[in-house]
Amino acid sequence: MIAAELRFAIDDLFADYGACLDNDRLEDWLELFSEDCVYKIVPRENAELGLPVTLMLCENKNMLRDRIVSLRQANEYSVHTDKHLITNVRVKDTTDDGGYSVEANYTMYQADNEGSGSLYSFGTYIDEVVHDGDAVKFRRKIVIVDNWSIPHMLSTPI
Amino acid sequence: MSLNVEWQRSDYSRVPYWLYHDPDVYAREQELIFRGPTWSYLCLEAEMPEPGDFRTTWVGDTPVLVNRDRDGTIHAMVNRCAHRGAAVCRHAHGNTKVHTCIYHRWSYDLSGELIGIPFQRGIGGQGGMDDDFDKTEHSLRRLRVACYKGIVFGTFSAATEPIEDYLGPMMCGHISRLMCKPLRVLGYQRQSIHGNWKLYLENLRDTYHASLLHEFLVTFGLDRATQKGGVEMDARHRHNLTYAHAGSDSDADAKAAYGDHQLNSDKLTLRDPRLLEFRQEYEDDRNLAISTMFPNASFQQLNNSLATRQVQSKGIDAFDLVWTYFGYADDDADMTDHRLRQLNLFGPGGLVSMEDAEAIEIAHRASRHEGPDAAAVIEVGGKGEISDRAYRVNDVPIRGFWSYYAELMDIEPEGAVR
Ligand code: FES
Ligand SMILES: [Fe+2]
Repeated sequence: MIAAELRFAIDDLFADYGACLDNDRLEDWLELFSEDCVYKIVPRENAELGLPVTLMLCENKNMLRDRIVSLRQANEYSVHTDKHLITNVRVKDTTDDGGYSVEANYTMYQADNEGSGSLYSFGTYIDEVVHDGDAVKFRRKIVIVDNWSIPHMLSTPI
Repeated sequence: MSLNVEWQRSDYSRVPYWLYHDPDVYAREQELIFRGPTWSYLCLEAEMPEPGDFRTTWVGDTPVLVNRDRDGTIHAMVNRCAHRGAAVCRHAHGNTKVHTCIYHRWSYDLSGELIGIPFQRGIGGQGGMDDDFDKTEHSLRRLRVACYKGIVFGTFSAATEPIEDYLGPMMCGHISRLMCKPLRVLGYQRQSIHGNWKLYLENLRDTYHASLLHEFLVTFGLDRATQKGGVEMDARHRHNLTYAHAGSDSDADAKAAYGDHQLNSDKLTLRDPRLLEFRQEYEDDRNLAISTMFPNASFQQLNNSLATRQVQSKGIDAFDLVWTYFGYADDDADMTDHRLRQLNLFGPGGLVSMEDAEAIEIAHRASRHEGPDAAAVIEVGGKGEISDRAYRVNDVPIRGFWSYYAELMDIEPEGAVR
């Protein structure tokens, strides 16, 4: 059992995570990760076959920064609005260095420039959360995408 | 059924929009192109190393099952039960001794031969099938298969020329370069794009767009219109190769050509430049070489990211794209990591490829309800002759695509340029 306060802090972290992405606050979203973070989006197909190909692979926070700079300045993508619903949060274990293995399910809807929308992505987050000063942050986030044939394109993170 | 196309020009520099949106055109494409005298990409041999290994895939919108038989031969057959049409194999990948349809348990061996019908003679003399039912007439429909340098191709037509003739020296050369050693498959990416499949085949032949739409390429000097590069085609102009040489232009060249406002290269740098590192692996110093074969696949190298792409048409308005990434069997762990890192450049979320899906979807959407006279303009690199170009600003291979398309569809204009 972890302390209720920690549990609330982890819930808040997920809520902030979704809110930042859904409101195009990518730079704030970045700050929810620790400096030594890893972020991956993995098609479930590859996870099941034991193959290493990802849909997005950031091995450190600088690669995440580069992704965001590129999205802001060097990519064109669909005009869209996202909505993340993150549930079934399970704090599974503590890690040797005082972090926590955490899993959660997500669904993400996407609306287009004319207000039509659909379920864009659903799957599981396999995460590691660590204390960082007063806050908790993600040190690892692996997004396993269950509907791995990506509709349209993948621009902003899941 | 015949199709009447009023081509405005015999060199395909105008392509009527309705060809992307017409159900009869689509039905004819399936028959005359995907099930016609063409070779389609099916998969890689490295995906099925062991006897019994199988993959399911699609040729156009026909479901196809590919597997390796006990003697090592690769067979491909339509994944549709000879009984009542159910998909026999329901998995994307796997290994089996026999394929059994779940509906009434008819079973097929690895060559597609029907080997088992439950209760064929009924029970206690009652039920079952008549004596004259001949199992040998009800195997799965087979495709002809050809393997070239580890790539598996299939065709429905007895008339299709041998694979090396179909590909021609240009494509064979590029495939041999890419498939120079035993492969290790690293995994898949899949994408569902809401547009007509031909828009993607055109996109792959459009060198003009690459350094305009994909700003990342330009900003970080991976592919700029000012670089040394160009396009090559096979003799029939149905396949194409687009290539560029790393570092063959300077930022100053690019700036002069693009104008300052278009070029971010001074302002933007990557904090982790390993993404852009190019380790030369082949004799030439091309950092980008992407070939596209008619009608359904592309073979790519950008820096050290290697992949095949397969197009699976899903009706007029949609297609799926399957990216199969690989490295070489002798890559060390560092090289594998490097390839996996560079995979950020490609796929549905690739920093230099995400825009393609958006470009195709907006082109598909906005051209949908056009009248017969409305047509796309395809004349960058000039009109008339369809031929190789030693420069990047051109879309000539798109006209090559249409010239072969029109021949197969039997809709060539008078005096058609080939
Ligand atoms: S449909 Fe396959 S056994 Fe009946
Ligand atoms: Fe492109």
